[in-house]
Amino acid sequence: MMKNMTMGQFYPVDSFVHRLDPRMKLILTVVMIVAVFMVQGLLGYALVLGFVYLASKKASIPFKMLLGGLRPLRFILILTFVINLFFNSGTNVLVKLGFITLTMEGVSTAVHYTLRLAFLVLGTSLLTLTTSPVSLADAIELLFSPLRRFHFPAHELAMMMTIALRFIPTLLEEADKIMKAQMARGADFESGNLIARARAMVPLLVPLFVSAFRRAGDLAMAMESRCYRGGENRTRLRVLKITKNDYLAAAAVCALVLLIAAEGLIL
Amino acid sequence: MNETRISVENVTFTYDEAPEPALRGVNTAVRTGEFLAVLGHNGSGKSTLAKLLNALYVPQEGRVVVCGMDTADENNLWQIRQQAGMIFQNPDNQIVATVVREDVAFGLENMGVPTAEMPGRIESALSAVRMNAFAEAAPHMLSGGQKQRVAIAGILAMEPTVIIADEATAMLDPSGRAEVLDTVRRLNREKGITVVWITHFMEEAAQADRIVVVSGGEIVLAGTPREVFPQVERMRELHLDVPHMTDLAQELRRGGMPLPADVLTVEEMAEEVCKLLCPSK
Amino acid sequence: MPIQVKNLTHTYSEGSAFQATAIRDVNLTIEDGEFVCVVGHTGSGKSTLVQHLNGLLKPTSGQILVDGEDMFGDGVNKRSIRQKVGLVFQYPEYQLFEETVAKDIAFGPKNLGLNADEIDRRVRKAMAHVHLDYDKYADRSPFELSGGQMRRVAIAGVLAMEPKVLILDEPTAGLDPRGRDRILGMIRDLHAKGGVTVVMVSHSMDDVASLATRMVVMSKGTVVATGTPREIFRQADMMRSIGLGVPEAARLCAMLRQKGLNLPEDLYTQEELQQALLQLWKEAKQA
Repeated sequence: MMKNMTMGQFYPVDSFVHRLDPRMKLILTVVMIVAVFMVQGLLGYALVLGFVYLASKKASIPFKMLLGGLRPLRFILILTFVINLFFNSGTNVLVKLGFITLTMEGVSTAVHYTLRLAFLVLGTSLLTLTTSPVSLADAIELLFSPLRRFHFPAHELAMMMTIALRFIPTLLEEADKIMKAQMARGADFESGNLIARARAMVPLLVPLFVSAFRRAGDLAMAMESRCYRGGENRTRLRVLKITKNDYLAAAAVCALVLLIAAEGLIL
Repeated sequence: MNETRISVENVTFTYDEAPEPALRGVNTAVRTGEFLAVLGHNGSGKSTLAKLLNALYVPQEGRVVVCGMDTADENNLWQIRQQAGMIFQNPDNQIVATVVREDVAFGLENMGVPTAEMPGRIESALSAVRMNAFAEAAPHMLSGGQKQRVAIAGILAMEPTVIIADEATAMLDPSGRAEVLDTVRRLNREKGITVVWITHFMEEAAQADRIVVVSGGEIVLAGTPREVFPQVERMRELHLDVPHMTDLAQELRRGGMPLPADVLTVEEMAEEVCKLLCPSK
Repeated sequence: MPIQVKNLTHTYSEGSAFQATAIRDVNLTIEDGEFVCVVGHTGSGKSTLVQHLNGLLKPTSGQILVDGEDMFGDGVNKRSIRQKVGLVFQYPEYQLFEETVAKDIAFGPKNLGLNADEIDRRVRKAMAHVHLDYDKYADRSPFELSGGQMRRVAIAGVLAMEPKVLILDEPTAGLDPRGRDRILGMIRDLHAKGGVTVVMVSHSMDDVASLATRMVVMSKGTVVATGTPREIFRQADMMRSIGLGVPEAARLCAMLRQKGLNLPEDLYTQEELQQALLQLWKEAKQA
């Protein structure tokens, strides 16, 4: 089930993009996505597509695999397209078929929204495929740490991400075990209608939650006994460093933004 | 060598809303370099005692002094926890990071150790528990015994003088148990780290320098393994095991064989029985 | 209702990079009334083997026959097999989920579609088996109980299915001596008085020595030996070579024989060794 989820799964190879500072990657991804939203015409999208293709080459990620990440979202993409196509209050009517009206504005919005959404997914996939979740947590913590004086919980957020990542495999394993134990007592997780199936999940979910809370309590105590007292005065094993390559990547994204802006001016 | 590392003086501790205290009027002391086993069944109060030694709990009556510091004084909190590291029962629930070496770094990061110092301390901590080969491994891929050794490394990196193990082997298989106990015994011997080993396994307590037996929130027996285990009836009343050989020695003595009462191991027993029965060479 | 395991092989994640063969070509028959103890190092395949016995895992190749019928044959009802062959997992207290002890124990019988009276009868009987007083505990939340009590509730939940064969995967893991003795006493009674066939996975050779009618020794996914405890424990070298021990009485016996003492070679319980040594002592005094 999780096998085709390109989105969010780290692709562990060594590449130019993988080695970039996660903070820089995070910022550049955001910049790129904002730039996509400024695109006016198809030429602009072609530019972005070219950029994504180049980036995937520099990241040693098969371009096909990156595109494959769109597959789980195909229904949302199609839905976005269809809704925008038909439910638009445009005036430039192209075709009129009974109660369905197709307008010029409708086609344009549908194309724009669908492509924006697609590039949003491709951009974030590129980030998560090349950045381990732990470095991503680091990046978030460091980027947001200036906001700490406004009580923004940057460190806590990153710590939560790390702990969640640490315990996902443990809880999956546990879920499998509880499921088997309940099946040994005659539980049936596979047949029946939606409501029956949802109810069948109770004997799985309750023990899983109970266990997660117990683990949380244990972990809190273990962390406390190892002198954990929040983000204040904490040092770090991993320090992030901006290198020449990061500036190169930044320059590339700037170039893309400029080209898109130029396209907007021409049109 | 004989200085007191931890002292527990008249300690009474009651959990919130509990009708009965979990510990009442407990007095004991741990000497520097000693390996002390705290033996008791579930609910005896032994884990509560462990948590008092690490300032996770503070007693309502009496006081606990760790390395000269009173646990009731909040200013001592972090220093006590650095000095007296603790490992817990569930190997899964005490590892924070997704990579072994980063987990070992966790305590150092909390203490504010400079980044440059960390790799050296992590390396030596991991080699002390013989887990260097797994520095880059994901914790969930390790066996229970290996996870516990990572937890020990995480504490060792903080350079403690005391290790408190709160039933650290209860969830492990026999080889994992031996692996963890051997590691801690070696640290005790080679680095002189004081150990408080909380357990319900008598085989483990038998390897300690000294045992205190906890039952109903009180210390009911104390002494070396050779003083404690021959009290077979008393131990049974407390629902605790005694070494099989100690039990056998008692039965054989009853049958008239003049054996010492404090036999603990198979090797000792073989030797003693041989003195009486082996054909002379 | 014998269970026959024929040429059983199980490979996890077949075809992927994580492919691992957990057990290979295992043959085994569990007869009615036996108390079989499966022993082996962690990772020897014990847990994988027992999960096949009630159809929770499907063999990669080979067969499991219950009463001569292939468990994975066409038209075989898995649920009826799981009723006949009960499986208690390691740390079974982690599967409790209901508001009350009685409701949790009733989960299995309910899944079998039994009527309310029958369910109630089974819950009471199962609680009696695990020595939990119905009036005192039936309406308590299982999460308020002690660890040992929770485990007994979980075992009662499987007993309420009234299985003919009961499989337990390390039922005493994590318990203190008192909790361990209670659970083992309970299992002993079920076997001796309840007529239930028992298959127990265990790490403790002392527990095995006092309970098993037959042992199955596993190493690296295969069965390396099977026989009565007496037959197995005399092979101390073989046991040591696969990372297992023998009871201390058996070790002492071997050690004393080596020193020239005239003892039988297959003693493994403390009582028999004690008798033999006292006998020798008597003879020595008379001489």
